[in-house]
Parts: sequence; structure tokens; C-alpha cells
Amino acid sequence: MNLEFGSEYDDFTKEVEKFCKEFSGATITKDDKKFEMHDALSGNASNSSGKSVGRSEWQKILIEKGFFARSIPKEYGGFGGEPDIIKSRIIAGAFAKYKVPNAMGGQGIDMLVPTLLEWGTEEQKQQYIESTLLGKTIWCQGYSEPNAGSDLASLQTKGELVDGNWVINGQKIWTSTAQFSQMMFCLVRTEPQASKHAGISFILIPMDTPGIEIRPLVDMTLKAGFNEVFFDNVTVPEENIVGKRGEGWSVANSVLGHERGSLANPNATLNRLNTLINLMKEETIDGRRLIDVASYRDRLLQIQGKVLAVQANSLRLLSAKINPGQNVKLGGMIQKLVGTELRHELEGLAIDIMGELGTLYEDDPNVRGGGSWQFTYMYFLGLIIGGGTNQIQKNIISERGLGMPREPKVQVEV
Amino acid sequence: MYFGLSEEQESIQDFVKKFLDDNATVDEIRKIANGEGEEIENNIFEGILNLGINTLLVPEEHRGLGAGLLHAVAVAQSLGSGIGPIPFVGSYVMAPIAINLGGSEDQKKNYLPKIADNAIRFGVGMSEFVGAREDAGIEFSKNKLNGRSLFVLDAEKSDFLILSDKSGGLFVIDSNAKGVVMNKLTTVDKTRTFHEILLKNVDAEILEKTLDNNEIAKKVIDAGRIILSADTLGASEAMVEKAVTYSKERKQFNRTIGSFQAVKHMCAEMAADLEPCYSLVWQAAHSYDTEEISSSRLLACQSKSHISEVAKMISKKATEVHGGMGFTDLLGLHYWFKRIGLNRQILGAPEIVREEAAELQGFNQ
Ligand SMILES: Cc1cc2nc3c(=O)[nH]c(=O)nc-3n(C[C@H](O)[C@H](O)[C@H](O)COP(=O)(O)OP(=O)(O)OC[C@H]3O[C@@H](n4cnc5c(N)ncnc54)[C@H](O)[C@@H]3O)c2cc1C
Repeated sequence: MNLEFGSEYDDFTKEVEKFCKEFSGATITKDDKKFEMHDALSGNASNSSGKSVGRSEWQKILIEKGFFARSIPKEYGGFGGEPDIIKSRIIAGAFAKYKVPNAMGGQGIDMLVPTLLEWGTEEQKQQYIESTLLGKTIWCQGYSEPNAGSDLASLQTKGELVDGNWVINGQKIWTSTAQFSQMMFCLVRTEPQASKHAGISFILIPMDTPGIEIRPLVDMTLKAGFNEVFFDNVTVPEENIVGKRGEGWSVANSVLGHERGSLANPNATLNRLNTLINLMKEETIDGRRLIDVASYRDRLLQIQGKVLAVQANSLRLLSAKINPGQNVKLGGMIQKLVGTELRHELEGLAIDIMGELGTLYEDDPNVRGGGSWQFTYMYFLGLIIGGGTNQIQKNIISERGLGMPREPKVQVEV
Repeated sequence: MYFGLSEEQESIQDFVKKFLDDNATVDEIRKIANGEGEEIENNIFEGILNLGINTLLVPEEHRGLGAGLLHAVAVAQSLGSGIGPIPFVGSYVMAPIAINLGGSEDQKKNYLPKIADNAIRFGVGMSEFVGAREDAGIEFSKNKLNGRSLFVLDAEKSDFLILSDKSGGLFVIDSNAKGVVMNKLTTVDKTRTFHEILLKNVDAEILEKTLDNNEIAKKVIDAGRIILSADTLGASEAMVEKAVTYSKERKQFNRTIGSFQAVKHMCAEMAADLEPCYSLVWQAAHSYDTEEISSSRLLACQSKSHISEVAKMISKKATEVHGGMGFTDLLGLHYWFKRIGLNRQILGAPEIVREEAAELQGFNQ
């Protein structure tokens, strides 16, 4: 066991810390609604007193410094550094410590960019990566359909190649941020004769293409987090396919694991724990601080134990990336399940200890934390369901992780 | 940067595990538990001592290995997973640490090499420092100890005892000295021994540096808690493995029960909650070995509390996966269930250590 990063990282750490001190407590100007959710979820500080920067400008600064898009090649708008997991860790640690706003995430940056780097043509990389990194092109993920949720591979939205164009008909649902997005990456059935998994292609669709209709769906947080998207003869050029025809399932799956890890970032969870501790020191009942109430305090400490455990687990995963061949057993596979449940529980504790005040929401003048406790409590229930439900996660852990037998196939009724 | 056990640590872990797999089968454990296995018990103890577990935490200058607590954690995991029916946490972790940190040079020279040479063995009683039940507690005056100490670890057949008073003074007595009465407690866990010690004017010496300084007692408790966490970790791992294995063999409704989602999900829940515990316990031990006290003490408290909660869930669900068989003495799953249950209460049950963790962080005024 050795948790030192080594002295060769001292200079780099100093550089990052210097930057972080300068931007400590900075806020991102809410130049666009689409970033609101991102900030609440990534644990970015609210009501702080530092500098204020626009989102795109902030992305640009971070890329120039190499604090974001670090290993993405320069010609695609990244920093162009060698991949260095320790440096990434140092950056994340210092940003959290000094409450510096994180770089933007989201489905474009977290999923589409790595997908294009792995599967995209040179033209696709040139065209999309830089503007995505700068937050100028927002992407949505068009996978789920009304009849294809957990059983995603049964999706039916159809794509036909007609005169060098894909003509797409069908419907997607639960499409997060579709109403703010410029582009969608979409799974479409293009090979109706092929088997379920082999008939799907991965296609990029500009959201202003004629024939697309977006109907926002209000979710339980009362924000319209996701949408229904209808396609009526939506026509995009043939070269908008990523990978070959029928390879869509593999293309999509190559980055799914990535999404699952990022849904429950342990650093964001730690930030929220610290915010919760402060809340418990500030709020009172009958003049007593909430943290002085033994039953509340015990629940806080129970959650702290879990947070420390997932933090330690992520250190072990980091170690496995640095030391190839290190076996971390189920350490990666459990992250989405454990992390989303933990975050939901943490946010729920804040509501419980505030009692009646915990029910206040939205713009009520007495609401605490800008309504973020209720919002995030509910939003994480959404993440328990989204990104592969936690029941599906348990299937994966038991079948692939523990080698337990699969469900017997049910005879299809005809 | 490397987060995990070293090759050396993994190898002693494997040795202990293999040894217990071969020599401490459930049938043998049952004989010991029923009081019919003294010879078996002695053989197991001797075999494991041959691996040098008594030397781990004795410094090199006193003829020990001078290894860190993480080394002992590696061993404790295997003892838990194989429900090793031997003294460890008291005799070979807390005692050498207490003497090394609290003893004068003479005391160290007197006791530590003998522990390393397996010439003497200690039992350790510190329950009253954590929280006294009933009227338990010991008083030291004029080099005599009086009083009562409960749940003393590894006292059976020990040569000496280290006992703590309520304020963290640590005292050494001869287990066979005049005025010492040892009553073996009947607990649910029959794989290890726990004693009530009654003292009447017993000759005692104080570990010199613990006079008016309870920091040493706290450090000893930290180490004990981390080792108990590791023992629970190992026992939990074994229970999950047994549940998964059984679910792949047992058939009902013409299917292996492991293909039922209710069973699969119980197993996934156990595995998912257990996996981060390895990291937590290892980090606690590493930080005990390297860092300043405050963060390692928090981790010691939190690993003891967190793994105890996770293990309680596991010991229940793993039993359920086995159906009626899980409830039988025949299968012996209950030995793991009880070991986990006992570790949970010793040296501070979850609520108690969480309260200490809160105090450490200045939460409660
Ligand atoms: C907040 C949020 C954001 C989302 N964003 C997007 C997005 O941007 N793009 C996108 O394409 N999709 C998105 N989704 C959709 C998400 O991927 C699906 O909701 C999810 O995969 C579940 O599908 P479903 O809703 O059809 O539920 P169903 O699959 O119908 O599941 C219903 C219940 O049945 C259980 N179940 C189903 N199959 C099994 C099985 N084999 N074993 C055990 N239990 C099973 C589920 O666990 C669940 O409890 C989002 C969802 C949420 C909640």
C-alpha cells in the first residue's frame, strides 16, 4: 500500500493548487438553462462568493490549462497531453478542495466524445469534438423507446437508406436535455432482417432537422428533465453513421460502462456530505443544533461510513488503472448501484432532519439550499432508474460478477 | 501509488486461509465449539503460529518482524473467513502494540522478545475503557489491582494479561497470580474465548507511559477495531461465497435457485455492499501505519461501524439463501453468523464508535 503520488507530481500539484486558489468559490454564470441541472448534480458550490465566468469561457480556460479534456488530441480541441490518471486525480482533488466549479459533463462530453474517439471517422472527429468540449454543441442520447427500456435491444425506431440519406421514423422517450440540444446520438434499427442486437446502427441527428418533434416530459422534480422525441421521415446524410451498419450495439456499449461510473461520482458525494454537515451545524430545533440531536447525528455518521467506503473503493479503482493487472474484483461493477443509492439516502437525510422545513421547495423564501435537497433527492431516484435500473445492475453483478446462472428464456407466445 | 495488499501480505493471507481450509473444517470447528477438540485446537494454533503471526507486530529490535497493521489485517481477514479458532487480536495485535507504545525500555525488553519467541502470550481486557457495563472496572493503587474486567480477549491459557482501567491506564499482571479469578464467559461465538477476570489485591505493574496518558490506550483500541473489522470482512466474504456456491448447486422447480432473481439480487446486494469495505478497512490500516492520528482514528471508527452494519445484513441474507439448511448446525453457517455478531459488539458497538467518530470531528458540543 502506498498512497503517495510521487515527487514527480509535486510541481504539477502546485500548479493546479495555484489555479484553484485563484478561482476558489467561482460560479458559472447561468448563461443557459441547460447547465442548471449539471451544476446541482456535480456538487458544484452554490451561493459562493468567488469569480463569475461564462460556461464556454470556463471550458476554454480549463482546456488551455490541461485541467479538462487533458488527453484529447489538440487537433480535436483537447489539451493534447499524455493520459495520466494521477494528474486527473490531482485535478479533481484540488477542484473539490478549493470549491472550484467542475468542467461541464453531460452526455456529449462523457459519452459521445469517447465514442467518436474510438469509432468516429476523421471528419466526424473534426466536426463535433471541439464544439462539444466547449459546451457549444449539446448532445442528447436517443436510446430508450416506449417499448424498449431495460430491454433496450428491442428498439424499433426505423432507419432506411434512401438515395444516400438515412430516413428515420419512430419515437424515443426519456431523452434528457433534448429540448436544449443541437444534436442527438441515436440508436436506430437499420437491418430489420438481422437478429435483435445485430440490426442496430448508431446515427448522429441534428435536432433542427425537419420532421423532429420534441415534447417535453415534466418529471417528478417538476422540471422538464426529459422529453419524447418523434421522428417523421427525418432525413440525415449517410455519413452520419458512427461505425458500420449493424454495429450500433457495440458502439453504444463501448461507453456505457463509462456513463455508469460517472452517474455516482464519489467526489460529488463527498462535497454533498460536507454541505450536509454544515447544514446540521446551522439549522436548529428548539434552539438545539441538529447535529447535537443524537439520532440525527447517528444517521449522519452512518452515511459518512458509506461515503468513506466508496471513496476508498474509488482509490482502489484508480490504483488498478495505474497498476495494470491489479484485480479489483467487483469494484467497478458496483459503482452505479452503490453510488446512486448512497446519494439518494444522503439527500434524503437532509430532508428528514429538517422536518417540516425539509418539505419546502422551489422558490419558497424559507427553502434551504435553493431547494437542492429535495431536487437532488428526487433526481437520484431518477438515476437509480436511469442508466440501467439498479435491478438490472444487480442482474449484471450476480451474473457477470458472481457467475450465477442467467434467467431461463421464456417461450415467446405466438 | 498502489492501493491494495502487497504480494507479501497476500501470501501470508493465502497461507493462513489454506491452512484453515485444510485443518479447520466445520466438523473440526464443531468439535472445538462443543468442547471436545482440545487437541485439534492446539494443532491449528501451532500450525498458524508456525507462519509467524506472533511476530508480526513486534519490532525488529525485539526479534519480531516489525510489520505494519496492514499485515495483521491480511491475516485477520483469513482468520475471519476460516473462523480461525485461535487467539489473535488480543495476543498478537493489541498486546505487542500496547507494550511497544506504553512500555518503558525495560518492559519492552522484558516482554516483546518473548512474544516473538512464543515463550509467553498475553490476553487483553480493555472493555471498560470503551464503555463499562454493570459495575465492571479496575482500580490500581500501591502496585495492586482490584476489581472486575469483562470480555477480556484471548485470556484462556495466557501467561499475562494487559488490563485497562476506565481512564486508559494499562496494567500487566500474571494470569496465574494470586488473587486472579478467571471465569470463561459463554457467548454465542464458540470459536474464540472471552473471560470475566476478578482481581483481589493482585500484583501489577503499569505500562509506564500510560500513566496519565490515555492516548496509548486509544491507539491500542484503534488497532483492535481495525483488526476486528478485518476479521468481519473475511467472515462476510466467506458467507457471500458460500451463498453464491450453494445457489448454483441447489435446485427447486427444476432450476438452480441461483437463477431466481430474488436469490440473485440478494447475492448482488451482499457483494455490492461488501466490495467497498475491503478498501475502507485497508485504508484504515494503512493510515494507522503512516498517518497522523486524527484521520486514522476516524477511519478506525468508521470501518468498525460500517463493516459491522454491512456484515449484519450479509449474515442474515446469506443464511436466507441457504433455506432451512442455513439454519442448521449441520451446515455450520451459524459459526460465521455468530463470529460477525460478536465482533460487532466488542471494543465498541456501531452506535458507540459512531459517537466517538462524531466527537473526533467536533460534531457534538
Ligand atoms: C432521469 C432519467 C434520465 C434518462 N435519460 C435518458 C436519456 O437521456 N436517453 C435515453 O435513451 N434514456 C434515458 N432514460 C431512460 C432509462 O434508460 C430507462 O428508463 C431505463 O433503462 C429503464 O427502462 P424503462 O423506463 O422502460 O423501465 P422498464 O424496463 O419497463 O422497467 C420497469 C421495472 O422493471 C424492472 N425490470 C425490467 N427488466 C428487468 C429484468 N430483466 N430484471 C429485473 N427487473 C427488470 C426494472 O428494474 C424496473 O424496476 C432516462 C431515465 C431516467 C429516469
